[in-house]
Amino acid sequence: MDRKQCCVKLSVQPSRGLMDEKFIVLVQNALPGSQLTIRALHQCEDGHSWEAFGHYTADTTGTINVSEDPSIRGTYSGVEQMGLLWSLRPIPGSKPGLRMRKKNIQTPMEVTISVYQGHQTEGFADLVPLSGVVVERWYMAPGVRRIPVTEGGLTATLFLPSGPGPFPGLLDLWGGGGQLVEYRAALLASHGFASMAIDYLTSKFTMETGKMVDNQYFETAYRVLQQHPQVCGSKIAMIGLSFGTSMTLKMAIYSEVIKLSAAVCISGSHVQPVEGSVEEIMGFFQKNAGKTRFNEKNEAIWRDLLLPIPTDPSLKADVGRLQCPLLLVVGEDDQNWPAQESALDIKEMMARAGNSHLLTVLSYPNAGHLIEPPYTPHARSSTFKTVEIQEKVMCLWGGQTVEHSRAQEDAWKKILVFLRENLYGGRNPTSFSHL
Amino acid sequence: MSVLRCFSFSRGALWCVTRPHLQECTPTSRRLLSAMTQVVPPILSVTPCRALVDEKFKVLVENLPPGCPVTVRSLHHSEDKDDWEAYGHYVSDHSGVVSVSEDLSYGGTYTGKEPMGLLWSMRPVPGSRPGLRLRKMNVCTPMLVTISVHSGHEGFRDQAPLASVLTERWYMAPGIRRININEQGVQGTLFIPPGPGPFPGLLDMWGGGGGLLESRAALLASHGYVSLALDYLGFDQESENLEFKYFETAFNIIKDHPQVMPDRVGIFGLSLGSLVAVTLAAYSTIVKPCCIVCISCNHYYPARGSTVTSKFEGVTRQLSKARVNEDNQVIWKDVALEFITDPSNIAEVGRINCPTLLVNGCDDQNWPTVETAEDVARLMREAGKEHLLSRLAYPDTGHLIEPPFSPHFRATTFVMRSSKEKVILLWGGQTKPHSDAQEDSWRKILSFLQFHLYCGPNLKAKI
Repeated sequence: MDRKQCCVKLSVQPSRGLMDEKFIVLVQNALPGSQLTIRALHQCEDGHSWEAFGHYTADTTGTINVSEDPSIRGTYSGVEQMGLLWSLRPIPGSKPGLRMRKKNIQTPMEVTISVYQGHQTEGFADLVPLSGVVVERWYMAPGVRRIPVTEGGLTATLFLPSGPGPFPGLLDLWGGGGQLVEYRAALLASHGFASMAIDYLTSKFTMETGKMVDNQYFETAYRVLQQHPQVCGSKIAMIGLSFGTSMTLKMAIYSEVIKLSAAVCISGSHVQPVEGSVEEIMGFFQKNAGKTRFNEKNEAIWRDLLLPIPTDPSLKADVGRLQCPLLLVVGEDDQNWPAQESALDIKEMMARAGNSHLLTVLSYPNAGHLIEPPYTPHARSSTFKTVEIQEKVMCLWGGQTVEHSRAQEDAWKKILVFLRENLYGGRNPTSFSHL
Repeated sequence: MSVLRCFSFSRGALWCVTRPHLQECTPTSRRLLSAMTQVVPPILSVTPCRALVDEKFKVLVENLPPGCPVTVRSLHHSEDKDDWEAYGHYVSDHSGVVSVSEDLSYGGTYTGKEPMGLLWSMRPVPGSRPGLRLRKMNVCTPMLVTISVHSGHEGFRDQAPLASVLTERWYMAPGIRRININEQGVQGTLFIPPGPGPFPGLLDMWGGGGGLLESRAALLASHGYVSLALDYLGFDQESENLEFKYFETAFNIIKDHPQVMPDRVGIFGLSLGSLVAVTLAAYSTIVKPCCIVCISCNHYYPARGSTVTSKFEGVTRQLSKARVNEDNQVIWKDVALEFITDPSNIAEVGRINCPTLLVNGCDDQNWPTVETAEDVARLMREAGKEHLLSRLAYPDTGHLIEPPFSPHFRATTFVMRSSKEKVILLWGGQTKPHSDAQEDSWRKILSFLQFHLYCGPNLKAKI
């Protein structure tokens, strides 16, 4: 047995972290100057396998520190501390159009990180690594409580941070695919916000009656959150992505009941029939479905459905009336929604109305539509089914992996600071320094 | 201290602390702080929120008013259903921050700059039954500790905390496999690190106290060693030979494991466990440990022909003559010292042929480990084996030197195995130096194991 091989020690610190926390991958006791491959492997809930790898050369002390040393090539290159996670992609031979989303957020994402002799690019399953460790990535911090909410006909889940509270509240909305998506709310609760993930397109009510919910549904969610004994009723914000942005702006501006302390709108638009119901807004987009384009891979591009940005004020949420701070997050390569054009128009409208001091825009070149919490794989396209179109389409989201992943990391940090400032009144949080 | 000073947010706000002795928050200001935090609560964070038991964490409180006295407290509800706590008194800085890693605790169960004081200074809450010892028997689940921040110093427990978070402290890193061993008559628990291996191995033995403790073996596996926590006191062996065979068989179970490097298996023992380590290393013709670690070393090996178990029985019977102090705590050290002065009662440690690390506390009241360590050094020197020996001796440190951040117990209840009599044994040590010793010795033990079991000198790469 080759003793030298056994010496290689691989460690990942921390071995259990939150999904948005950085880790340090360290290889020690390797032969100085030796060529090694560090690889990450994850099997997601759907049973698909995802992998990422980088090619390294051990230094004169026989050490590789992924946060300091460059990967020469692989699924990522350069000095990329978290490259083993954000560059994960389905292993060769996987079916196309996959997107990684964790449904059960009460268990961690398990990633096996291993180090192999030489610079390997394929056939990892047939190789024996020199060393391997398992890393757990959690959406929920210890003590965070997950509470299903059905009160008032809602289909929602409330995540409460540990402790007595009271905590500022957050309403969390996803987009046109519907379903009850919990992971972002769980992570936000791990950062001290009582967060309610809401299913507003495929709720129990909608599935049973065939009818879409109306404004009251969101107001009920707001009231349930506000009245919770551990929620600070005067500090509630809303965060929406894609179609969730449309709902967020609608509620922030027009609702008599909902009084937000802040709003975060990711990859969305203010273009919508003003005073339209959820159904009418959906219908408005559907009407323009003819503007769908397809690229050479036959992937659907939907960004034109809302272009050009209308001049007719009845077709745009009146952002000039906003009374709370608004953070817009935009991917400049968004192929699904015209987020960038919308952001520009929002900026103009607010400048004219005199409330642009409330607006912050984060715009990322080469980032796509799905700007999510950091360190999960980037999907430039994936199979998608909206509640309107009952068949699956290969949807082009956009974005180049490296820049999109950087955008996710940067945007998330800034979203947390924005929420902290507006909901806790804190400034420059020290406690985010490990993110 | 006036209420206004505590809550003034203006640039000219004065610090609450202007003298070495802190002024306390008045009840009024405490209520105000409480009311204020209904609107703007402080933010408490523990990073990392999930960690191994020997890893450090950073406890941070933000969003407090400047210059405000608060108490940071830890609370753990043990498997035995006792409550353990620690706390430190702090004052926030001008930006409203308390950093347990950076700031001084002005009082509580620890003082000074102590990032991990909230763990190692834990003790049973007032009103608990006496003589408690904290040990986690189920190592598959983490130790849960609630860290909370309270307003004020004196009487901080009178109100609900301002904020609290839960932190998990794990013995097993992700991917570690735990396997019950019951083969060839040997009973214990095996812990295997994740990955292909092969790994070095360790035979891990605790002392004369009851039950199979897996905590250290699990932790060692988390550091890359296939570790067997051996149950060796649960049953009576018929004879010394059979008992010796028991230990040798246990050692070989590790050595022969497909994921273990057979020439890289060591032995780790505490107290009575270290006697097993020493005798195996000195006398066994079958097993050759690569190195041994002996905490609170015991080399008392009289009347060859009787088992370790029965020797222990005999010893404890004789120890009934032991001194009892004014707190009714039993001190075995002095009586035991008499036993080991007779050279025929001592294991022939000069026969040891592998690197040996001895760790002991100079305030050990349970066993004369200071004298034992001296004796072992002398015997090994006389046998020309001095180069194999390393020693760590810590002042004001007691008998139970465990992995870091676990609470120190100066004396705990002990059930005598045969008579079932309950006594309170004095282990010794003062909390702060003992805790420092636990942290320092663990780091050095891991480094010793890494050197001898992972990469010996002959494997140093030629540059």
